[in-house]
Amino acid sequence: MTASYLQIENVDMTFTKGQKSSNVLRNINLKVERGEFISLIGHSGCGKSTVLNIVAGLLKASGGGVILDGKEVNEPGPDRSVVFQNHSLLPWLTVYENVALAVEEVFGRSKSKAERHDWILKNLELVHMTHALHKRPAEISGGMKQRVGIARALAMEPKVLLLDEPFGALDALTRAKLQDEVMRIQIELQNTVLMITHDVDEAVLLSDRIVMLTNGPSATIGDIISVPLPRPRMRVELVDDPIYLQCRAAALKFLYERHAAPATAMG
Amino acid sequence: MSSTIHLRAVSSKPTPESSTTPLESGAGSPASQIAAATPPEDAPAASTGPEKNLASRVGEALLHHLLPPIIVLTLLLGIWEILCSQPGSSLPSFTQVLSDTRELILNPFYNNGGNDVGLGWQILASLERVAYGYSLAVIGGIALGVLIGQFSWAMKGLDPIFQVLRTVPPLAWLPLSLAGFQDSHPSAIFVIFITAIWPIIINTSVGVRNIPEDYRNVARVIRLKGVRYFWKIMLPAAAPYIFSGLRIGVGLSWLAIVAAEMLVGGVGIGFFIWDAWNSSLISDIILALIYVGIVGFILDRMVAYLGRVVTRSTSAS
Repeated sequence: MTASYLQIENVDMTFTKGQKSSNVLRNINLKVERGEFISLIGHSGCGKSTVLNIVAGLLKASGGGVILDGKEVNEPGPDRSVVFQNHSLLPWLTVYENVALAVEEVFGRSKSKAERHDWILKNLELVHMTHALHKRPAEISGGMKQRVGIARALAMEPKVLLLDEPFGALDALTRAKLQDEVMRIQIELQNTVLMITHDVDEAVLLSDRIVMLTNGPSATIGDIISVPLPRPRMRVELVDDPIYLQCRAAALKFLYERHAAPATAMG
Repeated sequence: MSSTIHLRAVSSKPTPESSTTPLESGAGSPASQIAAATPPEDAPAASTGPEKNLASRVGEALLHHLLPPIIVLTLLLGIWEILCSQPGSSLPSFTQVLSDTRELILNPFYNNGGNDVGLGWQILASLERVAYGYSLAVIGGIALGVLIGQFSWAMKGLDPIFQVLRTVPPLAWLPLSLAGFQDSHPSAIFVIFITAIWPIIINTSVGVRNIPEDYRNVARVIRLKGVRYFWKIMLPAAAPYIFSGLRIGVGLSWLAIVAAEMLVGGVGIGFFIWDAWNSSLISDIILALIYVGIVGFILDRMVAYLGRVVTRSTSAS
């Protein structure tokens, strides 16, 4: 059995607060190949973000571990860059400086100053944000902020790109536009991507595989759907594509029939 | 009983008052002319200029912002004048103060050696002490604030001590620092330092503790640590809190300097006030109080302005 690029092995997560402890994740096993786009989908509060944070190294699993490219993950690092749900740009830095901060930390030694400058611009070009280089986050729209967040994450040249509900806070039109951008960039760069989402259409449209989590507590992987749609994918053409509809139906069934949100679940 | 008090008050004050009556009216009239002339000057400017729009807008702004304080100030000065011009008043009237302190107002930078220097020098001496004490408090306060904001063990260990120490009135530290330093100059600076440091420590630590988790996570992902984390993330993220601490601190140090200098002596606005009291120069005291107030106001606005410039972009996200 050969090792996969990213392996999540027997991950358990229990949060303990004083006397109370709650088991959030149980026995999570997932193998991701290089260049794969994986979506993690599940109801709110089931622990999707916890999985992502463990892969990022921001949280330490109570049991099991994560292996990326043959090395165990035990702290955060630029090889697993994260695009946060609320963009997390530093408000006192301009668009350029936000990306530059990451590039300087990651490539401060390996690239010259001119090379770093070109690299920053190249990544901002990739997300079409070169027109607002010297604007601060407060001066650009939510969609633009998320583009810069994506540029910052890509600029670290990660082995795995982690997207934590990247389009969750955006309106439907902006979201669709950004999804198209992410697909275009994915074809160009062939990144390995792990994306958290609660939107079934988004998951089917973007992913190679959809990993579905059962409801917490003690959430685990309930099922995995492969999405064998060729790329590039066009959202309009897919509307009545049988494979697309089949995948969408499978995901919806899992979420709303087999693992419907418990009545007590919080928004 | 009441008649003796009245008699004493009358006997101590009438001599200077009666002797300066001619001067009083002379000094009073130009001041009232200026006060009366200001509003009409604005009004014609609003209607006549060729760039009527701009001129009228400037005039309107002046009218809205300058007119109310001028009216209130004139009223208050009038009340003061009326109350203190009566025979037997224990405090000098406004015009009396102006005429008594004419020399001090016109010559802020004379130097007759020793403590006998102009008010400008006195205030500069006080400002110098505040500058030393406050700068030390800024450095120490931010450092300690970062320490207890960042590390929970430091918080648990130091916070109870700080909470007790910060309630100690500034002057209570003075005897102790005189005993420790054996010299008045560093003692005064120490009092300023110890007065200004608490709000800086507390605000900085709150600011550091309130750095959004997202910013910390960004820093962890790009492995920004130590000094670089401090400069690139912590300081800018906590800057709004730090500056509110700095602003409270500068106000408190200016409050403390006057009291400290009264006891410590030497050149300085605090000792000037004490010295004036000992020489029964009540008008000098009133002038000094006005200067102290104005300088305190300017200090507060300077730190506030600096804070606005530095945190211009931090507050909005």
